Amino acid sequence: MLVSVASGKGGTGKTSVAINMALSVGNVQLLDCDVEEPNVHLFLHPEMYKKEAVHTLIPRVDRELCDNCGECAKFCQYNAIFVTSEKTLVFPELCHSCGGCALVCPRKAISWEKHRIGVLNFGTAGDLTLVYGELEVSKPLAVPVIKAVKKQIKIDKNVILDSPPGTSCPFVETVRGSNFCVLVTEPTPFGLHDLKITVEVLRRMAVPFGVVVNRTGIGDKAVYEYCEKESIRILLEIPYQRRIAELYSKGIPFSLEMPEWEEKFSALHNEIAELVGK
Amino acid sequence: MKQLTVLSGKGGTGKTSITAAFAVLAKSTVVADCDVDAPDLHMLLHPEIIKAQDFGGSKLAVIEKKVCIKCGLCREKCNFDAITEDYEVNAIACEGCGVCKVACPVNAITLVPRISGKAFISKTKYGFMSHALLYPGESNSGKLVTLVRQNAKIIAEKEECERIIIDGSPGLGCPVIASITGVDAALVVTEPTLSGIHDLERVLKLLDHFNVVPFVCINMYDVNADNTNNILSFCSINGIDVVGIIPFSSEFTHAMVNGKTVIEYSPQSSVSEGIRNMWNKICQSTKV
Repeated sequence: MLVSVASGKGGTGKTSVAINMALSVGNVQLLDCDVEEPNVHLFLHPEMYKKEAVHTLIPRVDRELCDNCGECAKFCQYNAIFVTSEKTLVFPELCHSCGGCALVCPRKAISWEKHRIGVLNFGTAGDLTLVYGELEVSKPLAVPVIKAVKKQIKIDKNVILDSPPGTSCPFVETVRGSNFCVLVTEPTPFGLHDLKITVEVLRRMAVPFGVVVNRTGIGDKAVYEYCEKESIRILLEIPYQRRIAELYSKGIPFSLEMPEWEEKFSALHNEIAELVGK
Repeated sequence: MKQLTVLSGKGGTGKTSITAAFAVLAKSTVVADCDVDAPDLHMLLHPEIIKAQDFGGSKLAVIEKKVCIKCGLCREKCNFDAITEDYEVNAIACEGCGVCKVACPVNAITLVPRISGKAFISKTKYGFMSHALLYPGESNSGKLVTLVRQNAKIIAEKEECERIIIDGSPGLGCPVIASITGVDAALVVTEPTLSGIHDLERVLKLLDHFNVVPFVCINMYDVNADNTNNILSFCSINGIDVVGIIPFSSEFTHAMVNGKTVIEYSPQSSVSEGIRNMWNKICQSTKV
């Protein structure tokens, strides 16, 4: 079963929910898809055993064959190729690796070369296996790194994916294909506003979802009213407690120190399995 | 005209609440909300929209069913898995590259413009605001950020404003890069947690790469004194100015629930005091 943990607004407790759930369930593969700012490993002290570079393919122009006709640049929707009368230049940072420039080149002057944009890190913590992706600082495209992380999915495991914040491409790529998505929110106007956008995306993608309300007791009741009106299931509520915040700040998953939560997170995962029918 | 971007790496550290407070304190300033896929600033500043424009992010492939011979070449060449077995285009996956159009032997595919969001120029009690909304599931947030910044610049020049303050998005990827290129300085709002520190270090590297002067604000500093000290010594070793140290406070949430900035909601609170000091330090800094 593939369960992703996401939220529109950042800092609502995605990573915390993903980790505590992962620690409360057996046979888990935890994938950190927040490749811009991966944090899961900070909480698990995993033994890392392997690193693998992530590349995208970018066009390489053969100067002998190229006559700077400009067809490739005309085709490219991302302005990743710039042509002058003397030169055809590629800007790797803008390239989306669609492959079109090579298709339209009349002189077959374009081949592909690897462009490193990140790294995959493999580790274990107890019986839990962990893969986290890391986008190289200054590289703009997170999605290919997220795709590389998702290629590591072991479908016989209880797979948990920690999504990046936001509601656009990195989030969409992470939750694509999930059996279920846990949306973590907080009961504040910002939390609700961003939750609504996320819900709209998931409905379009036909990914089933439910909500975890974190830091209950702060803010207002509007998140609850919205969920009731939209018939969205609230799966779990986590109260605001200074102790949870302090444990988080030290990189300690709170269910390890507050064992009553281990049961709650394990029940959360069971409930999801029932909802999904797995 | 100076440009300042407020960033954090990690989400939820207080970027937007602090940017909104700056908007109240700053004179002669245009505010730009560049967190386009989860914009929240408008909930505190209540902009009145003066001008709205459609944002055409990328294009979308459309297959004409009657012409399509189902040969499969488009599916084979698409690198984004955007064409289904039934030859439907998955609009969320399609990046509008046009490869399918070139691959199609019977010209059954066209690329149509797609409206991916809206950009707004607005007025608030405190000045002009440039903002946007990326429609759910649309891509190209980086391009929309660039549009929001262009709009902000146009108003700032027209109104002869001294400054643009940009609210950035979490992370490090394209929208963040689009929100810092060419700015004079960035304020990184962090928190004294292991995640906060990890993400701060990566954002500082990014700012260094793009030659942007960094300032740091430690929000909720009293949640973990050891981590706060670690951030302070890290910044001091690296010559980075920590311009603000703000205590944990529920005032931010209360202000938000009331649709106000914390400066308006509780002007005398220690949080407001801290933000005012921070703003003065940034304005007086000789680094910018």
